Amino acid sequence: MSAEGGLTTAGYIQHHLTNLAVCADSAKDATGHCHGFWTLHLDTLIVSGLLGLVAFGLMAKLASRATAGVPCGWQNFVEMVVGMVDQQVKDTFHGKSALVTPLAITIFIWVFLMNAMDLIPVDFLPVAASAVGVDYLKVVPTTDPNLTFAMSITVFLIMIWMNLKVKGFGGYMHEIFTAPFGAKLAPVNLIFRIVEDIAKPISLALRLFGNMYAGEMVFILIALLGLYQLPLALPWALFHILIITLQAFVFMMLTIVYMSMAAESH
Amino acid sequence: MSINATLIGQAIWFAVFIWITMKFVWPPLQKAMADRQKQIADGLAAAERGKQEQEIAAKRSADALREAKEKASEVIAAAERRAQQIVEDAKGQAKVEADKVLASGKAEIDQEVERAKQQLRERVAELAVAGAEKILKKEINAAAHADILGSLKQGL
Repeated sequence: MSAEGGLTTAGYIQHHLTNLAVCADSAKDATGHCHGFWTLHLDTLIVSGLLGLVAFGLMAKLASRATAGVPCGWQNFVEMVVGMVDQQVKDTFHGKSALVTPLAITIFIWVFLMNAMDLIPVDFLPVAASAVGVDYLKVVPTTDPNLTFAMSITVFLIMIWMNLKVKGFGGYMHEIFTAPFGAKLAPVNLIFRIVEDIAKPISLALRLFGNMYAGEMVFILIALLGLYQLPLALPWALFHILIITLQAFVFMMLTIVYMSMAAESH
Repeated sequence: MSINATLIGQAIWFAVFIWITMKFVWPPLQKAMADRQKQIADGLAAAERGKQEQEIAAKRSADALREAKEKASEVIAAAERRAQQIVEDAKGQAKVEADKVLASGKAEIDQEVERAKQQLRERVAELAVAGAEKILKKEINAAAHADILGSLKQGL
């Protein structure tokens, strides 16, 4: 079950929830753990990067050979997923943009794959990693708030860019200061707008992080049961298939909604 | 689980993947899907057109068949009429020919009868004269009774 036999329950959980971090020696504390901003979570970066490179590389290779004729199996599958995302974009986003559909596709597929790392039994990869000398490995990148915030802040920046592109600087400022109460209550409108806009990336990031972190925690707790985990891990994994798909879909859908709000004037 | 520089790295990853999808994944797939949609629409339209054309052709062929049947029956009727006429004509001609043959036969017979009568007439006069000669050898002078013999000859 656990790589280190003598570990306490709390230690086991703690070990599973610690990222593989690198930082300058000066940023390390007495136990060798990194603190401060200039720390990199290598496991998050590598796992998410590899998943993305493999998935989008394969998709790009497939797309370059895509034909208008009868699609082969993989092209059919990718077209099905991509077509589903495109349909959501068409239903929700009424502006014209070459960015929104690719953005939504990227989010859905990448988040889904990263979430799906949760389905690998919790000890497999950490034990394998410790066998080759890597002490810590947190396999599911979406349980790292750095990743979810990176995505939601990127979405937030694209949202602002979309606002500026569609409405122009003047139109954007006008909307910020006059909606929803009119020009006379400009300061109130501004405060409302700031709260509303800041809530978007935070809720996006924390929703995904919270769901995946909690799911991972349940997997870890089930793994603590020893042999009894078997009848529990399977149902939870099956149930979790729903959650990982749903969370990927929700992140994608909210991004589309935010983009469509940015592209439409009030 | 603190916020740190990983955030920047992840944002870079995210931007890279959005760029890959935007440049290399979505446009070719979208094009393939749109092309296929167009092909299917075209195919369905062509099928519809073909069906209509087939219906028109079927109607036209039925028309042609009916026309041909009408013409054939017309031709047959005309041929029958013509055949009847030919038979009628032949009958008429045969009748005329037969009449002619009959008439000429009759005339020949009449001639023959006339000739036979003539011969008989000649012979009767001779026989009568001979008989009278024999019966009346002594008494009757041929020259003296020539007018009586002549009227007898005329009476035949």
